[in-house]
Amino acid sequence: MSTTKAAEKILVQGNEAVCLGATAAGCTTFFGYPITPQNEITEWFARELPKRGGVFVQSQSETGSINMLFGGAATGLRVMTSTSSPGWSLMQEGMSCLANAELPCVVVLVQRAGPGQGTTRTAQTDYLSTTRGGGHGGYKTIVLAPASVQENCDLVQRAFYLADKYRNPVVVLTDAVIGQMAEPVEVTTRDFGPVPEKDWAIGGKETRQDGQRRLISCGQGQIPIEPYTSFTQLIEALDKKYKAMALETGYESYLTEDARLNLVAYGYTARVAKEAVVWARNKGLRVGLLRPTTVWPFPYGAVNELAQGGSELLAVEDSLGQMVDDVRLGAEGKAPVHFLGMLARQGISDAAMILPGRVLEEIEKLYKGD
Amino acid sequence: MAVAAEKAWVSGTPKLWTRHPAGARQCPGCHHPIIERLIAEVVEEMGIEDRMVIVAGIGCGARIFPMMNFDGLVTAHGRPPDVATAIKRSLKGRPIVATYQGDGDAISIGAGPLINAAARAEKITIIIANNINYGTTGGQMAPTSLLGQVTSTTPEGRDPSTGYPMHIPEMLATVKGVAYTARTSVHTPANYTRTKKYLKAALQKQIDNVGLSLLEILSACPPDWRLNPVECLNFIQDKLIPEYPLGEFKNVDSIA
Repeated sequence: MSTTKAAEKILVQGNEAVCLGATAAGCTTFFGYPITPQNEITEWFARELPKRGGVFVQSQSETGSINMLFGGAATGLRVMTSTSSPGWSLMQEGMSCLANAELPCVVVLVQRAGPGQGTTRTAQTDYLSTTRGGGHGGYKTIVLAPASVQENCDLVQRAFYLADKYRNPVVVLTDAVIGQMAEPVEVTTRDFGPVPEKDWAIGGKETRQDGQRRLISCGQGQIPIEPYTSFTQLIEALDKKYKAMALETGYESYLTEDARLNLVAYGYTARVAKEAVVWARNKGLRVGLLRPTTVWPFPYGAVNELAQGGSELLAVEDSLGQMVDDVRLGAEGKAPVHFLGMLARQGISDAAMILPGRVLEEIEKLYKGD
Repeated sequence: MAVAAEKAWVSGTPKLWTRHPAGARQCPGCHHPIIERLIAEVVEEMGIEDRMVIVAGIGCGARIFPMMNFDGLVTAHGRPPDVATAIKRSLKGRPIVATYQGDGDAISIGAGPLINAAARAEKITIIIANNINYGTTGGQMAPTSLLGQVTSTTPEGRDPSTGYPMHIPEMLATVKGVAYTARTSVHTPANYTRTKKYLKAALQKQIDNVGLSLLEILSACPPDWRLNPVECLNFIQDKLIPEYPLGEFKNVDSIA
């Protein structure tokens, strides 16, 4: 009897899986500031990086973290920070600067409920500020949306690849549920292919063969430096890059093909929605799930196909309505788009969340059969 | 005292000080080009250009970065200490990293990053050009503005309800992580020479891995001060230096 050795899996928490993924991607430089519910990430790097010859700096604020990220990214190393929603607000100016300076780096956002200090518990209320460029100036960033601990590990690695590929910051958008839960994970180093050489990195003329200086600016387009000698050149180059980035769509289709009603959800609510789809199928209802793994670029095409195919759509997200706008854009009016959001949370404490039973209720209410 | 009578400050051009269109935006009588030149001379004389990285903030001082023939960056307003920290640490202490900031950049919006970098004893050098106002935006009040100073946001003169001038080298001299602080000016040849000496001392503290070093340089802003370049020199001598005394405030070989 032959046996295939199963890949080794370890039980880790979602936040820790982020760290394992980042390490597998070669990230040995991390800047962070304490905030719940992402503390395990910062603590993991504080504990592990010195042992591995890496660099960990606890900043004085999230504004500090994102600007340290700017400096670290400018050296050409793979660098990362993580935060939760209030810290994400503080990082917006820095994100805008990273986008202007075209510095590759990864920011992990473990969402909690807002606005203001909100709660320290789960929610999905930062969809728009991540997918629309929360800072000033109309920049764009790829936003990856894991829905499991394994995906935290894998998509962080993809984030580093995409950051290097496009010389642009990449956001990994998780939430308190995905960050705090533990699941078995197989930590595999993912190979996405070659990335451009970082010939632009600073660090002193001695660090490069040509012996020439390098300049990095978050004011590209203002003070004329290579490669952009005017603002017009900058925005033309960014437009070209953002159009290429917009092709990096990722999503999972689950039983969508014959479905009369398709749910659309990302992150923790995608898991809840999937459970509800299973329950609905067991009742004979033809229901499916489209789960974006990139929320920018959003899989408009996949949504559009479902809408054209005659399926109604139900956006499930733990907010008062953010991703649902993208579902509507994708549907182009060809199918009704319904919404189940934060008001469907079960429980009245800040620990409340949307649960599968409530989603199933909504499915049964909306389902029109054949 | 009429300092204007002194002439022929320097001759020749340091090779690290390059021509760039950004330089054309500097106003006649501005001291930024003098300080740029001085930095280029010091880096050249110390023989550290291959390890040198200059991190500029936002304001007229940002124009330094394409003028220096070594690595340079422009960052968000007030954030050069954070960026410099990360460059220095990410590259395991190898590069020599100096910030170049205005007083608005370093002392107002950037006070938090500066003080925390000092507390962490970052091995970086902070260079502040203090022209007691926001030059780029048209001469608004800064935390460094003098009492009585007329600016575009203190049209009747700065009064104490807007606060008092901030003395960063003196303040940071009290922070354990700081190896060196000094204030100087470039309004006379003697002061130019002293500024070079202080800057060398500040950079040497970084090279010797002692702690954070900081040099504040009083700097003229003729259009916003509504003074001609010569009047600016006298203003620095007669009005600025009494409020902002020149000299070293901390100079230690070990912070332990």
